[in-house]
Amino acid sequence: MESLVLSKNKLPELINKISSEHILYGPTEENNYSSFKQILNFDEMNLSYLLSRVSPKSILFKQTETLFKFIPGRKGSVKSSEIPEEKSVIFAIRPCDARSFSILDGVFNGDYEDPFYISKRKNTVLIGLTCNKPEQNCFCTTFDDSPGSSKNLDILLTELNNNYLVEVVTEKGNNLLKNMRSLLKEASKEEIQERKEIEEHAISTINRKMNLEGIVPKLDKMFDHELWHNTAFKCIGCGICTFLCPTCHCFDMQDEGTLKEGARIRVWDSCMYPEYTHHASGHNPRPARMNRVRNRVYHKFSYFPKNEDVTACTGCARCIDYCPVNIDIIDVIDKVGAILIE
Amino acid sequence: MNKNPYMPILATISSIKLESTGERPIKTFKMVLQDENARKNFSFLPGQFVMVSIFGTGESTFAISSSPTQKDYIEVSVLKYGKNTQALHQADVGDTVGLRGPYGNSFDVKGWEGKNILFIGGGIGQAPLRSVINYTLDNRDKYKNIDIIYGARTTKDLCYKDEFAEMKQRDDVQTHLSIDVEEEGWDEFVGFVPANLKRLNPSPKNTIALTCGPPIMIKFVLQNLEELGFTEEQIFTTLEMRMKCGIGICGRCNIGNTYVCIDGPVFSLKQLKKIEGDM
Repeated sequence: MESLVLSKNKLPELINKISSEHILYGPTEENNYSSFKQILNFDEMNLSYLLSRVSPKSILFKQTETLFKFIPGRKGSVKSSEIPEEKSVIFAIRPCDARSFSILDGVFNGDYEDPFYISKRKNTVLIGLTCNKPEQNCFCTTFDDSPGSSKNLDILLTELNNNYLVEVVTEKGNNLLKNMRSLLKEASKEEIQERKEIEEHAISTINRKMNLEGIVPKLDKMFDHELWHNTAFKCIGCGICTFLCPTCHCFDMQDEGTLKEGARIRVWDSCMYPEYTHHASGHNPRPARMNRVRNRVYHKFSYFPKNEDVTACTGCARCIDYCPVNIDIIDVIDKVGAILIE
Repeated sequence: MNKNPYMPILATISSIKLESTGERPIKTFKMVLQDENARKNFSFLPGQFVMVSIFGTGESTFAISSSPTQKDYIEVSVLKYGKNTQALHQADVGDTVGLRGPYGNSFDVKGWEGKNILFIGGGIGQAPLRSVINYTLDNRDKYKNIDIIYGARTTKDLCYKDEFAEMKQRDDVQTHLSIDVEEEGWDEFVGFVPANLKRLNPSPKNTIALTCGPPIMIKFVLQNLEELGFTEEQIFTTLEMRMKCGIGICGRCNIGNTYVCIDGPVFSLKQLKKIEGDM
């Protein structure tokens, strides 16, 4: 891995250069929240937030996306389908959000390949930004991740006192920077040391930890436990945890259009809604909020580990930060761990 | 270019049969793929399902109710219930639908050669069983006794009446029909399907039992089969769940960590007992 430095006043030039050649997404400020948007100019970005409210999964797995177009009706037909081919760059993605893609890859490239996600994934360069100051609920270290991890990134930037340390992790990252070498210079030992200290300090400020030891077999014995009733009692079923979660991937498919033309659209869906599993016959396998809350916890912490060998959580803490009734997933898992089952 | 698994191929409805009337009408749609190559390449096994689209209305999941031995077309039997099934019921011969699939696993018809096959169906649940029934009848010499227990609420709700009448004329297949409540002119069993099963008292020896129907019927059929001495490995059922993608991505059809679309829809009772989840 190559370590370079970029002086802070050169960042706009780097960004503008990237955006002139690629579709560039970066964090912007919107209604006092951070939000990933397409960036044409450096000034549109706001790097002062730690995490965007909606995770950048929305770039590779769009909230609404056209799957194909059709001519509607009983004499209808399929018109066209376009798999996105555009080359893009996501700038200032946090290491935990980058990790969510490696978790989602298994879903979108399982028994069947989802070309919409996979094509964008292949054509997207991830430029990460180290979290110098993690927030109070962050717990990425639970998953052997770190605020300064470059593991799931193509390039990682770390803000130093005077410069950015630029680590080139993959060939994809190296190719992106090919025409921008003049902006960068070799990092000194001191600068590499400074970056190391920043990461170590950031890790030391993470106060929260989820104890995952033995949780998968424990959950196998707790399907009918009252904990799910108690947790669901508080839940208002708003679904915000699922929309903001970087590893939630459920979707609905709907036909939209006029009498002359239409499209089958996929839209983010949420397992927190009763309609999600409601059969046409009226039967619903998850009729109560308890069933839905339980399924969400099991999906992340039992089904995913069993099927994909990874816990479907990154420790970003969005579900904790934005839950209107303060359901705290770390507390829930800690309770699972603490309950005694004979 | 990547293949788009969400894009259906086109099929023409070549015939429509009204199977049952009344409040819960069922129609069987015969569908022929429009593209010749697609028609050649389309193959499936009994138990698999397809996604059928009416463009502009939506897409729904249906078990294929015809047998792969019936070449050049597939059939689905559709109970009119929601938005998409309503639109399908309004369709005419010659109309175009979209098809995706076949998806899911299947009944192990090859592995069951040399065995007795016992079918226990209820209502529209007969649709996936019909695929296996027609397959075994078309390969009649490969299987021993074939028994079909089938019931519905009323005579109006009974599906595939003509086919049952034909089977009654054959001496190499036994049918045992039932309706829930007494009706004038009905000379077969009156009562629920699980009760009919118990009454007939089939032997589990060298027999595979397949069941599909409403959840409550399946529950008691499974119980009764075990009481009759059938083992968990001899009993198979096919499950349904609400689906959107059909290919293991959209998330909703799980029972525990099992996804009905890719791990099912066919399960042995042995597998079923290991699954803990909302059904």
